[in-house]
This record gives sequence, structure tokens and C-alpha cells, in this order.
Amino acid sequence: MKPEILPARYVRHTEPLFTRSGWTALAAFAFVMLLLLPCLYGLVPQSHAFHISAYTITLVGKIMCYAIVAMAMNLIWGYTGILSLGHGVFFALGGYAFGMYLMRQIGREGQYQSDLPDFMVFLDWKSFPWYWTQSDSFLWCIALVIVVPALLALVFGFFAFRSRIKGVYFSIITQAMTFAFMLLFFRNDTGFGGNNGFTDFKRVLGYPITAPSTRAVIFGVTALALIGTVVLVRYLVRSKVGRVLTAIRDSESRLMFSGYNPLGYKLFVWTLSAVLCGIAGALYVPQVGIINPSEMSPANSIEIAVWVAVGGRGTLIGPLLGAGVVNGAKSYFTQAFPEYWLFFLGLLFILVTLFLPKGIIGAIRFINWRRT
Amino acid sequence: MKAGFFIVALIGMLSSVAAVAALDAQTIAKLGADDAAAKIEAVHALVASGDEDALALLQAVQAGEVAVTPQGRVFILHGDQAVDAATKMAITPLPEQFETIVINNRLRSALDAGIGALKLLSPDPATRLASARAIESTSQAAVLPLIEKALARETDPTIRNSLEQTQASLNLKSSDPAVRRAAVQTLGATNQARFKTVLQGLLEKDAAGNFIEPDEQVRSAAQNSIDAIQSRLVISDYIGRLFTGLSLGSILLLVALGLAITYGLLGVINMAHGEMLMIGAYATYIAQQLFKSYLPGWFDWYLVAAIPLAFAVSALVGMALERSVIRWLYGRPLETLLATWGISLFLIQLVRQLFGAQNVEVANPSWMSGGIALPNLVLPYNRIVIIGFSLFVLLLMWVVLNRTRLGLFVRGVTQNRAMASCVGVPTARIDLLAFGLGSGIAGLAGVALSQIGNVGPDMGQGYIIDSFMVVVTGGVGQLAGTVYAALGLGVMSKFLEPHIGAVLTKILVLVLIIAFIQKRPQGLFALKGRAVEA
Repeated sequence: MKPEILPARYVRHTEPLFTRSGWTALAAFAFVMLLLLPCLYGLVPQSHAFHISAYTITLVGKIMCYAIVAMAMNLIWGYTGILSLGHGVFFALGGYAFGMYLMRQIGREGQYQSDLPDFMVFLDWKSFPWYWTQSDSFLWCIALVIVVPALLALVFGFFAFRSRIKGVYFSIITQAMTFAFMLLFFRNDTGFGGNNGFTDFKRVLGYPITAPSTRAVIFGVTALALIGTVVLVRYLVRSKVGRVLTAIRDSESRLMFSGYNPLGYKLFVWTLSAVLCGIAGALYVPQVGIINPSEMSPANSIEIAVWVAVGGRGTLIGPLLGAGVVNGAKSYFTQAFPEYWLFFLGLLFILVTLFLPKGIIGAIRFINWRRT
Repeated sequence: MKAGFFIVALIGMLSSVAAVAALDAQTIAKLGADDAAAKIEAVHALVASGDEDALALLQAVQAGEVAVTPQGRVFILHGDQAVDAATKMAITPLPEQFETIVINNRLRSALDAGIGALKLLSPDPATRLASARAIESTSQAAVLPLIEKALARETDPTIRNSLEQTQASLNLKSSDPAVRRAAVQTLGATNQARFKTVLQGLLEKDAAGNFIEPDEQVRSAAQNSIDAIQSRLVISDYIGRLFTGLSLGSILLLVALGLAITYGLLGVINMAHGEMLMIGAYATYIAQQLFKSYLPGWFDWYLVAAIPLAFAVSALVGMALERSVIRWLYGRPLETLLATWGISLFLIQLVRQLFGAQNVEVANPSWMSGGIALPNLVLPYNRIVIIGFSLFVLLLMWVVLNRTRLGLFVRGVTQNRAMASCVGVPTARIDLLAFGLGSGIAGLAGVALSQIGNVGPDMGQGYIIDSFMVVVTGGVGQLAGTVYAALGLGVMSKFLEPHIGAVLTKILVLVLIIAFIQKRPQGLFALKGRAVEA
């Protein structure tokens, strides 16, 4: 007799990738980000009321990069229950990898008219260190953007997960890793510009980096990357792997007793999350025009967690919302009343964890549920 | 020092009146020569004579009070009174024609060295010691007879030691190989790095391929001496590193002890722990300001008053946080982490608004400045006081946890909250008090940190990661583990730092901690039994 434990519909993927309204929202987002905003920025003349300034386009592009990071964080924290305080490192590593290419694109237009970037001339280096070879190749640097964060995450994750470091322990160890990387990149001898990092970029793939058309294209690529991330995360969490991840979050020991080894799953999602961060970092650098070690400060990494917490972890659009709301508030506060930003951020941390444990999305759902 | 100088000058003058014609007239005549080289020669001769009159004369030359007549008569001119330099007879009336002795740079330095050396014979030991130290690096063989003279009557061991070293390093140039060998051996008994370089110079070859030191025996003695100095230098270097390591370890211990209670015993991840340190340091600052304005006479003791103040302020802030925020998050460690991080941002900004974003100045009390001088090494008092203070805090914590009712309850709640509650332990109040205790101890650490580092709104951030590493390495819920981990990490860092630099040391220590956790996931001292999975 064949025991029928679960009805087939629980095992098969009967849930669609997106509902009809989900697809509509995605299409609307794509329309706005890929067509409307770039056109308003690039084609509408500056005097026109509908014109969008370079500042706005950069801000929106930056927030989209943050949204990708928030999705990556959501994958590891929201769905798998592992709070990483090291995502800032992966983000910055992606940024540095692409920054190397951008530095090479400056060519001899630096202050010292040398083939070497200015900071190397300043340190009196005569040639590129070994890890800079090939960095003038676009494809090589794109590969680095993916491989470097992946490799770091793989090695770090392997040792951490293998010895079953979890919960707060894992968070603290990742924070220590972040701190160590920040110190490493602050050193001049590390070969990444020390304190000042990389800046003064001139062009990318031969196109001037501040030209409106280049900006619009990078903006579009960022939007595509964000849409791709959303689809990927959605696809992943409704797959069988996604269910195992949720099971790790909810009860890891029960999952192990059911015959699963969580190591591989954790490692996979941790590495994937790191790669997404790296890509976001690589898209961030050409838009903002600078990357320096302060991106790796432990405070930045922990701020990523608050974006996700504010929006609602373990939901698909919560992190997007969180990244948008918090960073929108940040750019408003730091201009309007800079001294109160830390008060606001601190209170946000406290109030969200105390009163909105499921974030904005959770609150909306709760209100809807009360109504019905 | 100054008083000694005057005494010497006074004695010099008195004796110059009493002792008649003590100085060699020919030498003195040379002082009045036109030739600068002759003058310097005269100075050297006067120094070598070791006479006390010579000191007075040289000081007069230095002060521009010695003049010479066209006939070559050298005399000391005091206002409008002239005294013959050789005979000490007053010259009346004043000679009509004379000019003061011109002092050029070479003569001036010869005079300075000579006057310094002549003070070796001063009756005041402090003056003699200063003089001995001053001529330690001289290369003038002319002072050798003077040193011998001084050694013959010197009784103070420190001064003797210094003089013997100077004598030996001058004797290295002696033409007699036996003297050179004795000198090399004397230098080998010292522990100063500079003599090592001097001795190594003896073993080198000149351009023609000959040894600079021709005598084989002297060379082998030099080699032995170099080895002896080297081994002593290595030992003092290791002692120095051990001391700075222990000092760093004791700071880590102080910082981590509070965390060992809040994290180790209560299981609360308090990311605002660093800000409790900061509050303790600012409480020290406030105590300092209060003493400065109201009790200036007792200023040196403000630190003692700051200790209870810092403990109380930090403990109160901690208890307020426990009541308002952390209480609602027990059992949700990740949320606690985020909320306490928020608290830390809030506190940093609050302090910035109250005291300004700049660092405030906290001074060491006078009894904490200075240090114990060892050969090649100074152990600063403030570091020593902090090592002692951290032991005191450790003892205090041990007493509270193991010898008081509160400690018993805290341990009970840690081991089994439900059972403790069942037998009547007021767990909520114990949580509050334990959190207050942990925060208060962080405040005490803040007092210590204010004495060695900057006090500013961000100061806590730098310590939080290190202190968590200590607690994680030591094993959660273990005081002994925290102690071993703090001292071990401190000493290890200081032994690695000279080889690979501070940043790489930090990274390497982190890697080692991660590797260590692979082997012992629960830290140095693992809890056994059911508590492990809880």
C-alpha cells in the first residue's frame, strides 16, 4: 500500500510565479524606470516642468542599487533566518572590482599623467600589483564583480556554517569580518586607494561617464538588474529549495531530522546573496562616482538590515519598500536637519523592532485582516 | 639642579680666592692666544687637570668675562674688578688695553663639554649624575683623566656605572690591546643598544680588507659582548611586549566583563554596550570638571570619585533601557541586536548634542603620569593602574556573582529561568538588576579608557567588536573564559604586531578566532549538558 501523506498540490508548484496584478505591477515598474524616467531626464529640455534633474536620476538609481541589496538581504535573513552584518563588504567588493576598471579608463588624464592611477603614483609604485592585471578589460572586471564576493562568501560561509555557527553568533562574526575588511581597505598598501578609495572617473566603455546618455543607460541597466533580482528571488522562494530555506529559518533541527543537510542550502543562498550585493555595488559606483572604505563600515551593513526590517522581511516587496522609504528619508533628513538623522535612524531601529516586527507590509496585512 | 649649579659655582669662586696659583700658568696663557686651536687645547688641559678652579675659569670664559692684555696676561673681569686668572691676585688698576676672549663655535662646544665634565667632581650627587649622563656620548679622549679622577672618589653606584661605561667606550680607542679588551668586556655588561652598534663596528673590515680592530682577542671579546647585549635586549623586548599585551588584555577584559553579564548570562546582545563605556568616560569627564571648579585642591583624586559616579550613571541608563526596550525583546536575539544598535546611534547623537562632536579632554591625575623605568623599557603608571583596576573589577564581579544573593539569583535564572521563577526568584527584577550591573561595569571600563584614549561620542564603537570577540572566544556564560580570552588575545596581538603590522594583526586574530570556533564552537570553556542547546 502506498501511503499518501500529502495531497499532490502541496508538493507541485501550483502557485504562479506572479499573480496577474503582480505582473502588471512589474510591467508598470519596468515602463517607468526603463522608459519614462530616462526620457524625462534625457530628452525633455531642462526648462520644462517635467524635466528630471541629474540629481534625481542619480538618487533613484542609487536607491535601486540599495533595493537590490535589500532583496539579497531578504533572501538570507527574511527567508533563511540568517542575519548577516557583512553585506556591506560584498557590496563594496563589487564596487571596488568595477571601480578598478573605471580607474583604468581614466587613462593618462589623471593628475600625474601616468598610466597608473594617481594614488599609485603618489605611493611611488612603478607598476600595477598582480591583482590589477587585466583590470583594463571590461569583461574581466565584470567577472571579478561576481567571482570575488562569491568566493569570499563561499569560503567564509563554508567555515561558519560547517561549525554550525548560527543566530547571533553568525551576525557578530560577519560584523567582525566587515570591520577587518574596512581596516584592510583603509590601508594605503592594500592597493585600493586607501582612505580616498576610487574617484574622478572619466568614462566607461569609452563613453564619458557624466554624459546624460551614459547615465540613462546605467540607470536602465540598474532597473533591469532590480527586476531580474525580484523575479529570481520570487522564483527561488517558491521552488523546493525555497521551502527548505524557509524550513531552515523556522526549525533547523527538525529539518535535519527529516534527512536534509542544511549546509549546502545555506551556502548556496548565502553565496547568491553575496553575488547580488556585488552586482549592486558595481552598478552603484559609476552612478555615485566614488567608492571608498567607509562603504564597508559595520554601520552601513547593519543599516541594510533595517531597510529590510522596515519594509517587512520574508515578503517580496517589503525590502524594496524599506530601501526606498529609509533612503528617501535619509536624503531628506541629511539635507533638511542633518543633526537629527541619527536620532531618526536610531528610533527607527527601536520602534520597528518593538512595534512593527513584520514591517510596513506586515502592518498593512494586519489592517486588511482586521477589516475582513 | 639649578641650586646645585649655583653651589658649584659658589664653591668654585670661594676656592679660587683661597687656593693661590693652583692652575698651570702656561696653559692659561694659551687661553689668551689668538689661535683657536690653542685655546681649545688649553680648555682640554684645564678639564684634564680636574681642578675646581678650572671650572670657575671655564665658566667665566663661557660668560665672556675673561680678557687678555696685549702682553698676554689673562685675567677675569668682574664688573670693574679684575683678577689674574693664574695667580688669583687682584689687578689694580684695571689694565688700559685688553680684549675679551673671542668664543667661536668650536670653542663654545669644547667649553660646554668641559664645564659639563668638570661638574663630575661636584659635591652634589644630582649634579654629578647629570654631568655623567651628559658626557656619556662624548668622543673626547681628553676627559679620560678626569673620569679616572672622578671614579676614584665616586661612591654612588649609578654614577659609577655611567662613568665606567663612558670610560670603556673611550678606552676602545686606546692603543693598548689589553685596555681595549677590558673596555669591550665592560661594555658587554651593559644593556644599551647603542653599545651594540659600537661593538659591531669593531668587527667590520675597512676598505683594504683589514679588520678595524687588529687584535684577535679583542675581536672575540667584542663578539661575546655583542651576544650578551643582544640576549638582554631580546629579553627586555619580550618583557615590553608582554606588558603591553597584558595592558591591552586588561582593557579588553574590562570592556568584555560587562558584556559577559549581559550577553553571557542574560543572552542579550547589547550593541549599545560601547555607548555604556562612552557614558562612563563622560561621567569621568564631568567628575573632572566638577573637581576643577569646586575642589581644585583635591583635583588629583577626581578619578576616585569618578568610579562610583560612572558606575551609577551607566547602570541607571542600562536599567532604563532594559525597562523600556530590551525587556520586550527577550528570546528574540536578532531583534535585540537591531534595537540596541538603534539605541547606540541614539545615544551617540545625544552625547554629541550635549557635549559637542569634538573629543573632550580628560587629564591624567599627576600620580598616574610617569612610569617605572627598567633598562630599555618604561612601564607607564597609568597602564599599571589599569591592569590593577581590571583585576579589582574582576574580583568585584566574582564576589557579586558568587557571594551575594543577587549573584545566586542571576546564576539561577541563567541556568533555568522557569525553575528559578517557580521557586520564587523575581526573574524580571533580576534581569533588570543584572543588566544594570553589566552596564555599570561597562561604565567602570569607561573610566579606565578615559585615562588612555580619546573621549568622544564615537569612542564606544571601536570596542564593541573586539569585546564581542572576547566573549565569543571565551565561551558564553563563563567568567574564566572571558579572562583567558581577553588576556590571550591581548598578548597575542602585541606579539604579532611588530611582525605584520596592526591591521593585519587584527585580521589574523579574527581568522584565528574563526578557526578556533571550528574546533570549539562553544568557546574555550564549553558549558556541558543540557545548557548547550538552550
